[in-house]
Amino acid sequence: MRKVMDGNTAVAYGARLSRVQVVPAYPITPQSSIAETLADFISQGSLKAKFLRVESEHSALSAAVGASFAGARVFTATSSVGLALMTEITGVASGCRLPIVMAVANRALCSPWSLWCDHSDTMTLRDQGWIQLYAENCQEALDFVIIAFRVAEDQLVQLPCIVAEDGFFLSHLQDTVTVPAQEDVDRYLPPRCPGYLVLDPESPVAANILTGPHLFTEDKYTVALGMERARTVLETAFSEFADVFGRKYSSVMDYGCDDAETIIVSLGSLNGTVRDLIKKLRASGQKVGLLRIVAYRPFPYERVRKLAAKAKNVIVIDRAPALGEIGPLNQDVRAALYGLYPAPQVTGFVLGLGGRDIPQSDLVKALEYSISRNGDYPATYGEAWLQVEVSAK
Amino acid sequence: MMKGYLSSGMTTCAGCAMELVARTVFETLGQNTVVVIPPGCAAILAGYSGETPLHLPVVMSNLEATAAFASGIRAGLDILGKENVQVLGFAGDGGTADIGLQSLSGAAERNERIIYVCYDNEAYMNTGIQSSGSTPTGAWTTTTPAGKTTPRKDLAQIMAAHRIPYVATASVAYPEDLSRKVKKASQAQGTAFIHVHSPCPTGWRFPPSKTIEVARMAVRTGMWLLYEVENGKTTINIKPGDLPVQRYLELQGRFKNLSDAEVKALQAEADARRAFVRSLQT
Ligand SMILES: Cc1ncc(C[n+]2csc(CCOP(=O)(O)OP(=O)(O)O)c2C)c(N)n1
Ligand code: SF4
Ligand SMILES: [Mg+2]
Repeated sequence: MRKVMDGNTAVAYGARLSRVQVVPAYPITPQSSIAETLADFISQGSLKAKFLRVESEHSALSAAVGASFAGARVFTATSSVGLALMTEITGVASGCRLPIVMAVANRALCSPWSLWCDHSDTMTLRDQGWIQLYAENCQEALDFVIIAFRVAEDQLVQLPCIVAEDGFFLSHLQDTVTVPAQEDVDRYLPPRCPGYLVLDPESPVAANILTGPHLFTEDKYTVALGMERARTVLETAFSEFADVFGRKYSSVMDYGCDDAETIIVSLGSLNGTVRDLIKKLRASGQKVGLLRIVAYRPFPYERVRKLAAKAKNVIVIDRAPALGEIGPLNQDVRAALYGLYPAPQVTGFVLGLGGRDIPQSDLVKALEYSISRNGDYPATYGEAWLQVEVSAK
Repeated sequence: MMKGYLSSGMTTCAGCAMELVARTVFETLGQNTVVVIPPGCAAILAGYSGETPLHLPVVMSNLEATAAFASGIRAGLDILGKENVQVLGFAGDGGTADIGLQSLSGAAERNERIIYVCYDNEAYMNTGIQSSGSTPTGAWTTTTPAGKTTPRKDLAQIMAAHRIPYVATASVAYPEDLSRKVKKASQAQGTAFIHVHSPCPTGWRFPPSKTIEVARMAVRTGMWLLYEVENGKTTINIKPGDLPVQRYLELQGRFKNLSDAEVKALQAEADARRAFVRSLQT
C-alpha cells in the first residue's frame, strides 16, 4: 500500500507494524505526533498496546526499561532536551540489554533554544551502547523501525536502538511511502523472545544491582561485544529485509566511491542533497563520491576505511559540533582512516546547526575549501564552520 | 515454608528498622511480586555483584524513577497477561519525597496499579545522613548541622491529594498494622502508597537496641500518626498519643541541641498535626 505521510507518521506505522506492546512517551517538538499517532492507533484498536502518558521523558525511558524488563516489546520517541533528560536511563537500557527502540526526531540541544534540526541530541548518546540508524527519507523512517527491532532483539545483540530522523526535514515532510503488509512484517520480525533477564516471579532474578570493581568491567564488556556482533546482525537484517520487501539498505551506502578523488561523508536527510550534487559534478567530470553512514553506531570503521582509502580528499559533514573537539563524525572518520599511507586529507565541516539549511552551494564551497586547503589546518583544528557569517568570526 | 524472602546476614546496620519493614512487606505480599528498589540503604536488599539475598524478582531503579520503573513493569506484565503479578516499589524518603516525587506523582495521577512503600528514615542515610524533605524540624543532619529550620513535607497528605485508592502511614513498631495495610494495598484498584516510619540508629544517634522503643515513642507522642485514607475516607488506626514530644526527642542524639523554645515549637507542630488528622476523620 502506498500512502502520502510525513516522517513521524511513517515512524508510527513502523512501530504499529512491529506490533509494539508498550509505548511510554512525553510530548516534544518535533516528535510529538509520533506518540499522538500511536495513541490514536491504540484507542482505535488497530494496535494492541499500552500507552503510558508519563510526566517526563525521564519517566518515559524508565517505564520503557520496566516494561522491557517484564518482557514486552517497547517503543518510545523523543527529541532534543527530552533525550538529554533521558540520559541517566539510556545506559541502564543498554547495560541491562533491553531491546527498546526509540525514534528521535533530531533537534538541536540548547543553548540557545532551537526547535529545529541538528544532530546534537543523538550525538550525546554515541557512547551509550545504543545502536543508531539515521534515516534519509520517510520510507526509511518506517523501514528502519522494523529493522531496528529485528536487530535489537537478536539474541546476539540484545541492545536498544535509536532510529533518527531529521526534525522537520523528515518528521514533517510529506512523502509517498510504501506501507508493508502486516503478514510480511510478521514473517520478518517474529515476536520478542526475551532472554533470561526478565522480571518474572516464576524465575526470580536480581537485575541491575550494585556491582563491584571485580565484575563491572566484564559487564560493560558484554555490552561492547553485543555492539560488535550488531555489525553482522545489521547486515543480515538489511539483506533479509531486501529479500522480503525489496528495499536495499546497508550500514554504509556509497555512491560513486569506487573512482572518487573526493568523498563526502554525511548522515541523515542531507544525503539526498549531496547525492544530487554529486550527480551534477560527475556529469561535469569531477570525481566525487558519497559515503553515507546509515548505522552510526556501531560505527562501520572497516567499510569506511575501505571505501575512502583510495580517495585523496575526504569531506566530513557534522550536523553537530563537539565543542573543544572536532565534530563527532569527523572524529570517527579520522579514526577509521588512521594509519593509512598515503592517507586522504580529511576536512570537517560543521554545517546545518539549529535547523539551518545546507544548500548545494555550501557543499560546493566546502569542496573548494577542502581542495584549496592543501594540507593546512583551518582555524579550528581540522574543521571549518563555513556557515558562520563573517561578522561573527 | 521458607522463612522469609530475604536471607539473613544482611549488611544493614544493627537495629535497622528499614530491614524489618522490608521483611514484613515482602512476607505479606508473597512470591507473586516484582520488586523495584532505588539507590539508598534498601538497595543492598536487591543484592551486590551477582549475589542477592532476595528471593523475589528485583530491579534496582534510578533514584528518581522508582514509580516510573514500576509503571513500566505493570504495563509490560499487563499486556503479557500477567495481571495477577504485583509490582512493589520500595524506596527511601529522599527517593520518594524529593527527587522521586515527580515520577511518583505521575504514576499516582495515572492511578497505576502499583504498591509503593516509602520507608522513612528521615534523611539521606546511604550518602551519609544528609537532610531530606522528610527530615523533621530541628533535627541535626550533616547538611543541617545547626538543626533543620523548616518542617518536613507531609508526604502521606501529598499522596492523598492525588485521590488514589489507598494511602496509609505505618510504623515499624506496629508490624500487624503494617502487614494489614500492605495487604489492603495489594487489593487496591490502582496506586497504593504506604509511608512507614523507620528509625535509623546510625543517623538518628540512638543505640541499635532502641529502634522499636523510638518508633513506638514517636506514635505515643504524636510525632508519627497512624492512619489510612481509603478512597478518600480517613481512618485513624492507632489513637494518636499525647505524651510530651520531649519523651521522643530525648531518646535521640540528633535532637540534643534543641533549645526549650525549639522543643516547644515541635510540640506545637505535633499538636497541630494531631488536630489536623483528627479533623480529616469525619
Ligand atoms: C540521580 C542521583 N542523585 C544522587 C544519587 C546519590 N544517592 C544515592 S542514595 C541517596 C540517598 C537516598 O536517600 P533515601 O531515599 O532517603 O534512602 P536512604 O539512603 O535514606 O535509605 C542519594 C542521594 C543517586 N543515586 N542518583
Ligand atoms: S543507615 Fe540507618 S537506614 Fe541505613 S542501613 Fe543503617 S540503620 Fe538502616
Ligand atoms: Mg532516607
